[in-house]
Amino acid sequence: MLHLVNKSPFERTNLQACLQRAAPKSAILLLEDAVYGSLKGTVLSDLVGEAVNTFDVFVLEPDLVVRGLDAEQILQGVKPIGYDEFVDLTVARGTVQSWL
Amino acid sequence: MSEPEETPDDPVVKRFLYVNRKAPHGTVYALEELEMVLIAAMFEQDVHVVFLDDGVFQIKKNQSPGALEMKDFSKTYRALEGYDIEKIYVEKESMDERGLSTDDFIIPVEVLERAEIAALMDSMDVVLSA
Repeated sequence: MLHLVNKSPFERTNLQACLQRAAPKSAILLLEDAVYGSLKGTVLSDLVGEAVNTFDVFVLEPDLVVRGLDAEQILQGVKPIGYDEFVDLTVARGTVQSWL
Repeated sequence: MSEPEETPDDPVVKRFLYVNRKAPHGTVYALEELEMVLIAAMFEQDVHVVFLDDGVFQIKKNQSPGALEMKDFSKTYRALEGYDIEKIYVEKESMDERGLSTDDFIIPVEVLERAEIAALMDSMDVVLSA
């Protein structure tokens, strides 16, 4: 299962809702404004940093670049991926849930 | 009391505050608000700009929306100074919660505590928020 989160977790609670309901080992991809949730040193870093122990957490690198963020600012265990890997992930994980 | 009458020699100048609370690229709010700021500047109003909540990401350095073929309006914030818009504020708590510091911003800002934001808003004639 692949969970997609595209809203900033500082403004809305879509990411938190996802983390509370996703089955262990699920893939969670942060894209668009949700990429802010992958940053180090924020009030959400503990939550997301802990989630990588339960889920496979990815962040869409092109959406980081747009926002002036780079891989060094991202929490350990959150894997940056590109569009090709996003497609692969979608195929490999079968079902997709978007937390809109 | 009626409002003071405006003449070409004596234009009415009001205190405007633009409140930016949205991250820059996921929605169009930030760009639209920036365009409103520029319009007020053209009318030589007393313009103030504040970045709160996810709005602080609007002035993050190194944005490159061109990579997704979107407009890079972050550079326009640097042009505000040229329009005499120099009253630019960031809320400290919003910045801290997101792991940012003033070094991360493309423009110089004055940092205000959350408690000071109310007084700033209260001192304005017009507040426009996005």
